[in-house]
Amino acid sequence: MNAAMNASSRIQPGEHLVQVEGLSKTFDLSASWLSRLLSGRQASLLHAVDDVSFTIARGTTLAIVGESGCGKSTLARLLVGLHPPTKGRVLFDGTDNALARPLSQRIQMIFQDPYASLDPRWMVGDIVAEPLLEHGLASPGPELQQRVSTLLESVGLSGSDLSRFPHQFSGGQRQRISIARALATEPDFLVCDEPTSALDVSVQAQVLNLMRDLQRDRGLTYLFISHNLAVVRFVADSVGVMYLGRLVEWAPKSRLFSRPQHPYTRMLLDAIPKLRDTGRSRTPVQGEVPDPLNPPSGCAFHPRCPLANERCQQERPQLIAAEAGTDTGRVACHAVQEGRIGFSGT
Amino acid sequence: MTHMNLLEVNNLVVEFATRRGLLRALDGVSLTIAPGEILGVVGESGAGKSLTGAAIIGLLDPPGRITSGEIHLAGERIDQYSEDQLRGIRGRRIGAIFQDPLASLDPLYSIGHQLIETIRTHLPLTAGQARQRAIELLEETGIPAAAERINHYPHQFSGGMRQRVVIALALAAEPQLVIADEPTTALDVSIQAQVIGLLKRICQDRGAAVMLITHDMGVIAETCDRVAVMYAGRIVEIGPVQQVIHSPAHPYTVGLMASIPDLETDLERLAQIDGAMPRLDAIPPGCAFHPRCPRAFERCRLERPELLDANTSRAACWLHAPEHVA
Repeated sequence: MNAAMNASSRIQPGEHLVQVEGLSKTFDLSASWLSRLLSGRQASLLHAVDDVSFTIARGTTLAIVGESGCGKSTLARLLVGLHPPTKGRVLFDGTDNALARPLSQRIQMIFQDPYASLDPRWMVGDIVAEPLLEHGLASPGPELQQRVSTLLESVGLSGSDLSRFPHQFSGGQRQRISIARALATEPDFLVCDEPTSALDVSVQAQVLNLMRDLQRDRGLTYLFISHNLAVVRFVADSVGVMYLGRLVEWAPKSRLFSRPQHPYTRMLLDAIPKLRDTGRSRTPVQGEVPDPLNPPSGCAFHPRCPLANERCQQERPQLIAAEAGTDTGRVACHAVQEGRIGFSGT
Repeated sequence: MTHMNLLEVNNLVVEFATRRGLLRALDGVSLTIAPGEILGVVGESGAGKSLTGAAIIGLLDPPGRITSGEIHLAGERIDQYSEDQLRGIRGRRIGAIFQDPLASLDPLYSIGHQLIETIRTHLPLTAGQARQRAIELLEETGIPAAAERINHYPHQFSGGMRQRVVIALALAAEPQLVIADEPTTALDVSIQAQVIGLLKRICQDRGAAVMLITHDMGVIAETCDRVAVMYAGRIVEIGPVQQVIHSPAHPYTVGLMASIPDLETDLERLAQIDGAMPRLDAIPPGCAFHPRCPRAFERCRLERPELLDANTSRAACWLHAPEHVA
């Protein structure tokens, strides 16, 4: 509760650093035109991200949660420009990021696997210096060395680690190197795709604390992709829940955890093993995420939803305010909008 | 005592001969599992939890080998068995489930072929009987339309379904002991709950002993009867799951528990244990945890603690030495 209040006091009202409008990414997975014609197969399109809109206030963290294949990593890649969007746009500080090159200095990304994201043949000093050289922000020399040492120290490594290679570091230290590299161009916005999923819990705690300190000291804005709701509760100010490429709920953290609205959000929260209730069985969750190439009609969650009715099978729900007149979160669910669902407060 | 425990591991030591000398990866590990019991083994990467499982099933990769200690399965000493003798035990009396279900299945054969082959290797059944049994196993692990699915290939199953097939395969010969190494780590939470439920039911219904290796404390809390916490190749704490999770006795377990983000409260900071687990070639003298331990004192730097009684669990920590407690 306390943390949520601190977080909201940080936010300047109306100041959105990132604004995402109707963003979609479709991958064409069809066979070639000729073999489709010969075999009579249909074109197959994967709607990895489907009409997603949200905003992130400056200096805050939006966490995106969802199961594998829900499109959260594609969303991260769209935001840093690694994929061009099929539809929709990303406004960064009021400008469209499809064109402007210098934005690549202001937006940086941290990847999941620190063993794959660092070149094993490069010394750590060169890895961290590369973005500075690439963007022409520094030229080789003692001054660059000094900047790189300072960066390494800011993430809890030592300046003398400059001339060591990635294999000489543990997973947690490697992730610190990735963070130092991402901070080199002094970005405003960091897109973090599961940055601690490959780390042990005690190391995860070190990295999450570091990320929080950096956010406070540098006023950073984060998009934090994770499948771990407990981690999300620690890092986020607001949370978006994705299911099959769509945003099904988007709410301030305190609201999402105290009163989850969408049946899928509730199911996710119920499915997590709780440390407190040793020996308690979880509510068994029925079914699995359907094939994204062939998503269900209407609300994509309806085949697994205990509240689904005919409307849910036919009509796709829009992401709208959960309670009229309040700005406490948005949800895409007919049952919530019609009041067919009780608020138990988990 | 011996007859109550299905698995008994005494003072197990596993060493690797390397160019830089002998590395001791497991150092005096002792544990027991009773029939129908689930023992959790937790620890960070490199703590030796998977190695403990591999040593028990006789699947240590060379140059790793057991250099001392004993492993007893139902009173029978198995650590000195030859490869031939081990093959008779593996799959038949000890089943194994690994993290990545795709790597445990052969993509070139239908799952029915793989199940039937396993069943017939271990049990004296005809092809028809084995097929019937394979279908029953798939049904038992919750695969719908098993009679039809049995002809499908691994790539035709989703991740959760594939892990069920792997579990069916591990149970094919009704093993007394199941070693499950991170069986849910590659799965989404909703599927994880289904697989854990299945594992618990099997343990109850068949009275199998299960060793569940994982780094996920939540899974341990929900599934296990007892838990062993490993650090730098040793068990630092072992006891009833309630006790270890809610009032841990070893400072490492205390730190580990505190560093887990909580789903039910908002935190300003996570408690963190500074530093990292030592590498095998640089394990400090005395207690391996002492350089990171907030409560370390003189004795911890000099003398290595054995497991000592601490409430209802046992912890390898001098804080629980009778003279210290008194």
